[in-house]
Parts: sequence; structure tokens; C-alpha cells
Amino acid sequence: MKERLQSIKQEAITEIEAADTQKSLQDVRVQFLGKKGKITEVLKGMGKLSKEERPVIGQLANEVRDEITASIEEKADLLEKQAIEEQLKAETIDVTLPGRPTHTGGPHILMKTIRDIEDLFIGMGYEVAEGPEVETDYYNFEALNLPKGHPARDMQDSFYITEELLMRTHTSPVQARTLNAHEGRGPVKIICPGKVYRRDTDDATHSHQFTQIEGLYVDEHITMSDLKGTLNVLAKHLFGEDREIRLRPSFFPFTEPSVEMDISCKVCNGDGCSVCKHTGWIEILGAGLVHPNVLEMAGFDSKKYTGFAFGMGPERIAMLKYGIEDIRHFYTNDVRFLKQFHQV
Amino acid sequence: MLVSINWLKEYVDIEGIPTGELAEAITKTGVEVDGIHGPILDDEKIVVGYVEACEQHPNADKLNLCQVNVGEDELAQIVCGAPNVAQGQYVVAARPGARLPGGLKIKKAKLRGEASEGMICSLQELGVDEKFVPDHQKDGIFVFDEEVQIGEPACPLLNLDDQVLELDLTPNRADCLNMVGMAYEVAAIYNKELQLPSPTVTKADESSNDYIAVRIENKEMNPYYGAWIIKDLEVKSSPLWLRNRLISAGIRPINNLVDITNYVLLEYGQPLHAFDYDRFGSKEVVTRPAHEGETMTTLDGKERTLQPEHLLITNGEKPHALAGVMGGQDSEVQDDTTTILLEAAYFDPRTVRKASSQHNLRSEASARFEKGVDLTRVKEAAMRAAELYEELAGGTILGEMVEEGSTDREPVQITFERHEINERIGTELSIDQMNDILERLRLPYEQQGEQYTVTPPSRRNDLRILEDMVEEFARLYGYDHIPYTLPTGQSNKGGLTKRQRLTREVHAYLQKTGLNEALTYSLTTEEKSKHFVSPEIQTDQEAVKLMMPMTDLHSHLRLSVIPELLSSLQYNVARNQYNLGFYELGSVYLPNEGKDVLPREELRVAAAITGIWENHPWQGEKKPVDFFVLKGILEGLFNYFLKDEVIFEKANLDGLHPGRTALLKLNGETVGYIGQLHPFVQKDHDLDDTYVFDLNLEKVFNHVDETPDYEAITKYPAISQDLAFVVNAEITAKEIEDIIYEQGQPYLKTIRVFDVYQGEHMEEGKKSIAFNLTFQNNERTLKDDEVDELRERIIQKVKATYQAELRG
Repeated sequence: MKERLQSIKQEAITEIEAADTQKSLQDVRVQFLGKKGKITEVLKGMGKLSKEERPVIGQLANEVRDEITASIEEKADLLEKQAIEEQLKAETIDVTLPGRPTHTGGPHILMKTIRDIEDLFIGMGYEVAEGPEVETDYYNFEALNLPKGHPARDMQDSFYITEELLMRTHTSPVQARTLNAHEGRGPVKIICPGKVYRRDTDDATHSHQFTQIEGLYVDEHITMSDLKGTLNVLAKHLFGEDREIRLRPSFFPFTEPSVEMDISCKVCNGDGCSVCKHTGWIEILGAGLVHPNVLEMAGFDSKKYTGFAFGMGPERIAMLKYGIEDIRHFYTNDVRFLKQFHQV
Repeated sequence: MLVSINWLKEYVDIEGIPTGELAEAITKTGVEVDGIHGPILDDEKIVVGYVEACEQHPNADKLNLCQVNVGEDELAQIVCGAPNVAQGQYVVAARPGARLPGGLKIKKAKLRGEASEGMICSLQELGVDEKFVPDHQKDGIFVFDEEVQIGEPACPLLNLDDQVLELDLTPNRADCLNMVGMAYEVAAIYNKELQLPSPTVTKADESSNDYIAVRIENKEMNPYYGAWIIKDLEVKSSPLWLRNRLISAGIRPINNLVDITNYVLLEYGQPLHAFDYDRFGSKEVVTRPAHEGETMTTLDGKERTLQPEHLLITNGEKPHALAGVMGGQDSEVQDDTTTILLEAAYFDPRTVRKASSQHNLRSEASARFEKGVDLTRVKEAAMRAAELYEELAGGTILGEMVEEGSTDREPVQITFERHEINERIGTELSIDQMNDILERLRLPYEQQGEQYTVTPPSRRNDLRILEDMVEEFARLYGYDHIPYTLPTGQSNKGGLTKRQRLTREVHAYLQKTGLNEALTYSLTTEEKSKHFVSPEIQTDQEAVKLMMPMTDLHSHLRLSVIPELLSSLQYNVARNQYNLGFYELGSVYLPNEGKDVLPREELRVAAAITGIWENHPWQGEKKPVDFFVLKGILEGLFNYFLKDEVIFEKANLDGLHPGRTALLKLNGETVGYIGQLHPFVQKDHDLDDTYVFDLNLEKVFNHVDETPDYEAITKYPAISQDLAFVVNAEITAKEIEDIIYEQGQPYLKTIRVFDVYQGEHMEEGKKSIAFNLTFQNNERTLKDDEVDELRERIIQKVKATYQAELRG
């Protein structure tokens, strides 16, 4: 019996080694360990053995069975690993092939520029105010200290619809409307973006339609230095922390004093180059303290309240920031242009 | 305005200040310097020469051999080809080593065998603009009219060493439109003394009154008119210094009589006019509004038709000048003029502006009158001109000027306290600092303690109110010195309105679906304004249009964004960009009844897609856009914002494919449309299949309810069932769904179409449509027979309503 068990074991190990699939390994398991398997057969013949031999053979039979079981399991693991490896090999792909494109749209660079400025001022407690693009002569001019007959309101410069209505030439009427709505009580803190229209022939630097964004802060004790501080925050936000600003006198009918803000040229850092026309400075926006006539017309006491206002062109800002050479690009919607600004 | 530095130096000591520094100081203090011109030439090797002898070159017909005294021991021999060179001339000689503006370096040379030590120059060769070169010297060398020092450097004599500032003046600073005004400004900046002219003349006993009377018909248009008669004049070329001054300011010298008025205009900012008295035709100047349709011929030879808003200078009958703009041909100063009528007047700025803009006649004179000249300087300017007529043209000044009207001006006083200035600037200027600024500006003032009263002189007519003084203090103190502060008032919450926030969300959503934001013009053509207008917009009225469009391309305000979006698609396709998805969010402008009533601006969003939508070729996927791509984008938008369902209702709209168009209905109200472009429209725009939508965002926003109805997630399972019906092909999925939904209550939760089939194995005119239904009871587990009962009810009702058959 002992020899028989040893030979079964040898036989089993040979067959396990020969098995090359899970199926043939399963056959081996049945052949040796199954209900009619060879080990079972040996155990069935144990009755014929003597009382002394029975435990010895029994133990040996169990050992042989355990060894065969272990060998089968080991082989099974091996076969599984081989199978997985083959599967993985078969499943290998060229990871350098292009992925499935997702749809990626994006904002227009002007809208993005406007939103960026809106968000900066929202963070400082401003509200976004909007108004109609077709305006009355009153709000577009008169309420802004541009009475009838003023040179700046020439029919040649504006798109009139009737004698009294026109396409707004700036976003400033939104300031006048908002001030009116406040009925003489401050503070008023608004940022006003929008489309504006002028009688210009479209070319690389002119557009009959363009955008503006203006800010207005009216309260007690607002100063020129507050304007300077606010514009400094804006300039550094838009063009980088290392930009310097300078204010210089200018003229707008709706502010007094009026100033223009320049930033130090980012190309030459103030040394002078062709971008800044050798001045070291680039003009960015117009600003000033709100003219007392504007405050009074909107029902504010100009002795008690002062305010500052500033306005700029998002087209100019985007053109300076990214070196865009032609203002018409903003309105022709060449997809090769639009897509370049989705990531900025 | 061009400001010559050499000229400015006559009034204010700016010696030693580099021009670039001066320009920056002027810019930072008040007037933007747009550019610095010159110096054209400043070379000491270019000197005055005297032609001692001039004879023909032995070997060249057209060349001359000149012996030129250049202030050295020996004469210099210079070969010169100019036809006008002659013995006895004072000329400009460029000596060897000199460099001319074109880069030409002068060397000793041999020309046809004769030595030449330099070059006798024309003005053009010296860098003078051709338009300033007198006609008789255009083809030859420059010859001095006057005796000049031989050997002296010639560049300063011709003012070539000058630098000129180009100013970009703002309309409030008309005071800087003349040299005296600029001298005040520069003296204030650098705290310097001023040397201003104080003209005096010798007046003849004879009186101008004997020659001329003045009558003003309209004192508003012409508050003051002075006429002065100057006799015994000799017309000739102005002296070099005067010509240099005019050229530096960009004005071409003509003759002494004309140049003097131009000089005084530049110096004082007061335009003057010299009429030829003998051609004036009467002894009376009458200034009056033109008669309707009256005509006159101006100096430029053009006949002008006039209106009563134009002011004329007449001799009582005939007009001789369009006041403040241009003189007339008949009384123009000519070479034989001996007596002039010198006009020194103040004309109403608006009257002059109307005349100059309507006749497109912008002149140095009109530019100044339009901005308002200094009333108190009118007479002094006349005196200065008279002085020059006496000195440079031999004139005899006849007594006093004949005057009508007044140069008086309502005095302006600005009273304020020191703190009012500081509170507005954000500074702590002391009394001393403020006094210093006022002194430098030469503004008369009284100061008592903290209280100031400033009486601005009429040259600073822009100073009227406290805030004007704030600006004067701020700019002279220096904007650079003002601190950086932020407002410290009460804090606001700031932020966006609901509409602004929702608008941003629409942008974000559409961009995520793959659409690119586009921006087109609001002004479109009349033709485009009629197309693709959503049916809910009343369009019996024409689109809002401009009174005077610049071009037909932008004459009408849009009623839909679609037409311009299609132009953008076409623009891209023409540049080989075929796969496009654009949207634009913006206003359309709906006309309102009534004159001068603002149009209603409605916020809409429109989109247009064309070309390939899904494009992954190496895996065999390439799917063009279709109706359901765009519909899916819209459904996503509606699901995001609305609880109410938006119905897509089959429709037929102009410009769109009759079988592929739907109206968008929200609570029964049309809010827009979606559809494929009609094939003809596609062809017109060179487009492949293109789909568009146009949606009224305001109506959508009105229905947005931002508080969700929360429903606890049920733990009871849902039961799913499939149903397929065969129906007539015209029956829509929506029609069947409505019945299913109604019959499936109370447990039917969702309906989803998962298959539509038409074609082989299907009867002609029929289609099969399959739905997946989910039933669920949130309170307990649903029993099979409850679902079976609903299912049966649904089947029976669909069958009965649409003669449908249950499939498979």
C-alpha cells in the first residue's frame, strides 16, 4: 500500500506538471482526489489492512492527498497568472494614439476681461450695474455735464436714432441712472460694463462698436488719493504687481479734476521703446472726481458727497496684454482667434 | 499745438533743462506732450558763406565754380550746380566734415577736375520741409535776404537747432493754445520769472475813425469788434526770425502783412485778420448774421452757401469774411496792398464752431475762436500786431482802434477753505504750500486764515468752481506725491443680481457643452434685421434704424442674433474652418410705439452649429451635427434652470427646414425656436447642414425657482418595463408619452424612448417606437400586479387613441 501511495503521488505530480490549462488541471484533481479518484480508492481498501498498519497508511494517505492538493493549487495559481499575463498582453494598446475629444468651448476674451474686472471690484464691495444700449440724449449727455451745443456731442460722432435717442457713446449713462435711483443717498459703488457705439469707420484701431467698463464710487469723504489707490489695485491686478502707475491731468466733462492713468511699459520697464512711443508709459484709462454738476443733477448734495469715476476699454486692455494687433478680431469670430484665449 | 523751445525761451528761462525732462514735466502737470520734434540739424561745420566770385566751371556747362568766404583766412572753392547761385550772395556752406540730415557726409572732392571744399545748400538739403521753402528757392540754394555774419554757424540762424513739442491739448486748456499761455504754464511748473511782450506803437495824428466805422448787429454772436487802419505799408518777405517762428509752428510764411497776423495768433492766441482797405469797398464794417441762402467766396476760392447761424463781416452790403473762420477773396491782401483794415474781434465760440464744421473749414483761427479766446487780450494783440506792422512793414498806425462792443467779462471769484481742497485731494497742503502754488500760477488771490478767494484772470477762463481749483492744486503739487489710499466708508456687500448670476451660469453651461462664445455687431443690415426673428416678437414694425448710418452694413438694430452669427460661420468656413459651434448672449432691440421712446432691450441667447460634432476618426467615429445635438444642449439648459418642462412643438418658420423646426414653449408661451437652416439659406452662406436656436432668456429667468423641492431618496425598489408600439409615422413620441404619463399615475416615474424604427419589415407609413418606463412607490414595495394593471391601462389607451399596436 505504501508503495502504491508513493507511486500515486509520483503519477499525480507528473500529471500536474503536464497540465497546461485550468481544465486539464481540474481533470487531474478529479482523477486523484475525486470521489472515484485514486486516493479515495486507496482509502477504500484500508479495511483490508491490519489494525497496526491502518493508522500509518491512513496518515500517509492524508499526507499524499495534502501534497497533491497543494501542488494542484500551486499549479492553479501559476496557470491563472499565466492566463492573466496573456490577457494583459493581448489587451495592450498604443497609449500614444489620440484620445476621444471632448467638446471644449469657451468665453470670448472681451467677456472674460470684463468679468475679471467685475470680480475684482465685487470683491471690494461693488455692485455690477447695467443700462440700456439705446439711450436718451439726457442720460448720455446732459446728465453728464454735456449740455446741448457741447462740442463733444456732435452728430458726426454719435449714431442718433431720433433727435432725442441715440446708441450710447459710453457706459457713463449707467452711472447717471444709478445715481438717480439712489435719490441723493450714498454710498454708490458700482462697476458698469457694456457695449458702446461711435461713428467710426472700422479699421485696425477703430470699431463702431466696442466695450467699456466703468467704475463709480460716491460717498462722503471720497478723495483723489482714494482714486489713486483704487486704480493702483486695478492696474496691478490687470498687468502684474511690478507695474507702476502714474496719473496726469486730462479733461472729461463729467469729472473735475480729470486724470489719465498710465502704467509703466511692460516691454521696456520704463526705459522707452516703440510700444510706449519712447515715453516709458502706456495710457490705460481715464478717471477723475465726479463733477459736482453730475452729482447735483442726480440729486446729490455735492458739498456733502464726493466721488470718483474711472472708465476703460476692455479691447485696449486685451490688445495690450496679449499683443492683439487688430481690433476687428474681436468681432469677426475667427475660431482660430477665439480658441487661443480659452485657457487664459 | 506746436511749441518751439527756442521761442519759449524768449519768455521764460528754461536754459539747461533737457527737452525730454521739460516734456515730461509738462505732461505730468497739465498738458500731454505727444512728441518731440527736432533738432533738424545742429552742426558747427555748416556756416554762413559769402560768394565772392562765381564763374562757370571750365569742364561743365551746368556747374559753377564759387569762391566762398567762410570766415577763414582763405576763400573756399566750392562747386555748385544750383541755377540761382551768384556772386554777392550770403549762403549756407557745409564744410568738409559736416553731416547733412539725409546722412550725407561732406568731404573735400574733385568735381570734373576742380577742387570743391564743401557744398552750398538748399533748404531741402538742410532738412527743411519742402512746404516751407519759398517758391523761388525750391529749385536752388537758399540765399539769405539780410546781411548775416560770415562764418557764423548757420543752423541756429535757420532755427534748425530748435526742438518743438507737439501738444495734445484737452478742450479745457485753450489757454495753452499760444506761446504766452505756455510760458505761464512752464513758469508755474519751474517757478520761473516771466518776460512777456509789452507792445507800444507810435500813433499818427490821423484817426482811423475817418476811414472806418463799426456796427455789430448781433452782440451775442459778436460781443466785440475792433478795426484799426494802418497805412503806408510795403509788402515784402518777413525777416528770417519771424519766418523761423512760423515754420516752427507749422505755418508757411507768405509775406510780412499776413505773417504778422499769424505770428500774433501764435503768440497771444488771438486770431486777427488783415483786409485790404482799398478793396474793402466801404467805410463801414457791419457784422451780421448771414441771410438764408446768402453766398460768398472764401479765400480758398470756394463759394459758400450760408445760413442765419453764420456770422459775416460785411462792408454794409457785401460779405468780406466768414467771421472767425476765413476771409473773402475780394478783400484779400495782395502784393500792391498799402493800407489794411486790421480786425481784432471776439466771436462767439459756438457760432464759429457751427460755421467751421458745417463748411469743413478748420483753421488755426477757428480752432482758437471755437475754444474761446482771452477777451482781455484782444486789444493787446492788436497793439502787438500794430507794433510789428510799424517795425517790419513801415506802417503808419492811424490813431486809436475803432471799437464796438465790449471786452468786459463777468468777473469770476472762487471762495473756499483750505480743508475743502485737502479733503478732495487726500493731502495735507499747508497755507504756505497753497500760497506758493497760487503764486506760481499767477492767479490773483486773497487769503485770510484758512479762507481763500481766487479771482482767475480771463486767460484762465476754465477756472470757475472749487473743483477747478482742486485740479490746479493737485497738478501743481504733483499727482505723483498724492498718497495711495482706499475709501474707508461703510462697507457694502457688493455682488451680482439674480439675473447677472443666472447669465453667468448660462455662459458657463453653454461653454461646457462645447460652444464658443462669439460677439457680433448689434447694428446690422436692413435685410438681416428681418430674418430669423422669433415668432413671439411682434414684427409688424420695422427694426429700429439709425438716422444717418455710416454704411448700409450697420443701419438697423438686430432683432435676432442669428443673422450675424451665420455671417461668422461663413467667415470661418471661407477660411477652411468647418466644424463650428458658436453662441452669443446679448440684447435684441424691440421697437416701441411712440416717438422718442426707448426700444425694449430683450436678453436672448442664440447658437449655431455646423460641420462634424463627434470626431474620433481612428476609432471610426465621425458624426455631423444634427437636430438632436442642439436639442440636447437646450434640454440640458432647461433641466439646469427650470422645473417646468419646455415643449418642442413642430413648426414652420421662414428660413428654416419645414420638417426640422420646433418652437420652444414654456408654460404655453413661445420663448424661442430651434431648427435646421433651410437648404437655400445654407447654400447662400456656403454652409453644410447647420442648426440654430434663438431663445428668450428673460422669460426663462422669470421661471427659475432656485429653491429645490427636496424629496427623500426612497428605499423601495423601482420596477422597469419596456413597451413598444407600432403607430402611424406622423404620430410624435411626445403625443404617445403624454398618454403614457397620464395613464401611468400614480406610480409611473420616468419615460424614456429607447428605440425608434421605420423601414424594412415595417408596414409603409408606420413606425415602431419603444419606451422604457419606471414605476416606483416611495412608501412601500410595489407589487407586480399593480404595475401590470397600469401597464395594461396604458396599452389600451394608446391603442384606442392612435390605432396603435403593441409590438412583440
